[in-house]
Amino acid sequence: MNTSSRGTKILGAISGALVAATLLYAFVLSKPDTELGETVRIMYVHVPTVITAYLLVFLAGGASIYYLWKRSEFADLLAASATELGAIFLGLTLLTGSLWGRPTWGVYWVWDARLTTTALLFLMMVGNLAVRSLPAEPRARGTRTAVMGIMALVLLPIVHKSVEWWNSLHQDRTVLGTADAKLDGTQLFALFIAMVAVPMLATWLLMHRFRVAWLAERAADLGLGAAIERRRDEGGEATGPAGVMP
Amino acid sequence: MSGSWWSDAVLVAGKDLRLELRSRVAINHVLPFVAVVVMLFGIALDADTSTLRRAESGLFWVTIVFASMLVIQRSAAVDRADGLADAIRLSGLRPAGVYAGKVVALTAQLLAVAVVLAITMVVIYGTDPSSPALLAVTTVLAVACIAAAGAIYGPLAAGLAGRETVLSLLLLPVLAPVLLSATRAFEVALGRGVGTGWPWVGMLVMLLVTYSVLGALTAGPLLDET
Repeated sequence: MNTSSRGTKILGAISGALVAATLLYAFVLSKPDTELGETVRIMYVHVPTVITAYLLVFLAGGASIYYLWKRSEFADLLAASATELGAIFLGLTLLTGSLWGRPTWGVYWVWDARLTTTALLFLMMVGNLAVRSLPAEPRARGTRTAVMGIMALVLLPIVHKSVEWWNSLHQDRTVLGTADAKLDGTQLFALFIAMVAVPMLATWLLMHRFRVAWLAERAADLGLGAAIERRRDEGGEATGPAGVMP
Repeated sequence: MSGSWWSDAVLVAGKDLRLELRSRVAINHVLPFVAVVVMLFGIALDADTSTLRRAESGLFWVTIVFASMLVIQRSAAVDRADGLADAIRLSGLRPAGVYAGKVVALTAQLLAVAVVLAITMVVIYGTDPSSPALLAVTTVLAVACIAAAGAIYGPLAAGLAGRETVLSLLLLPVLAPVLLSATRAFEVALGRGVGTGWPWVGMLVMLLVTYSVLGALTAGPLLDET
């Protein structure tokens, strides 16, 4: 069974092209930064990745709220898919941040507020996936993971605001924080292409992941239906013809 | 339903505290655990008093967080024994009231643990509390935050396979902001931090309100489904 459709094929082609353009501008065509040097190139991956991760956490939280309100299977599976991808993108955020931190700060990790709270958010998403993987009745499982998804959503503003609330080693907002961005033309262009490419790629992945989850649930329902039919047939054989007990 | 959610909370808190007074799990199990942890930190840090005093804020709150895992797990496990979970569901008590009662009971138990731990650290580590008001307010708020988060995750994890191990995985990341704020406030109160500790107290108030509102809103679905 295929999870692709005309829409996902078009979306996949466009996002693939944009990702290729991002890589071209990020690693070939854009100049090194006057202050950050070559390490600025990691920013073209790191910044869109973290923004996409935040969007996925927000989507998972929103779908979780809707699930608790309406008990919709669609919302439950959307939350599960967004949580999975959110965990992946948060992991990539921490990885790319560490790769940037090593040449910049001299270490892969510092106990900076933003890094620490981002790592905590990643662990919360991993915990959510762990709970979802445990055997449980679907409605109970959906309720538990929805509560956890909402908790992660609540933590997200704390992560975002941590740069302003605590002294931090993390670089302040590069583009939106000040009136004059410190990036020149090709650097800004590379960053903005990446800002479109990475979320689009994540959307494509989310659509496929959701469809896989939906098909898995339908397969489980079919399996349950077949098991019930077999039990009914066994019951019919036990009672003999026309339901008469032997 | 009769009465208010607060009367339901008082009922549930009273039930939990009476259970604890009769079973004495906190006294017989958790307090010795806390004492062992204090000793282990001393051994691991080479029993150097100056090192222990520099790290005492963090050691205090890490110990409290670990002890709270035991208390929260015990509290949630008690509610699942002998059909008590079904009895609570059918009792007509407001879910928000049940949640608030659990928070109050957990706060009371954890405060008792914190007081004993504080006395132990003053004696063994030579801790010198120079700002008792900040210490007291921080302790009450941080313990309440832990209780508020624990009253959400305790019942959530209690119904899961592998509940003994999964609660720590789920709850500890959520408690990290509490640990951060409480530790920083304690450092200031013990004369080792810069600035005032009251912004951290403000952070704890924000966390308490956040966890409490979330707990009250999700108490109904969790009570019904888990």
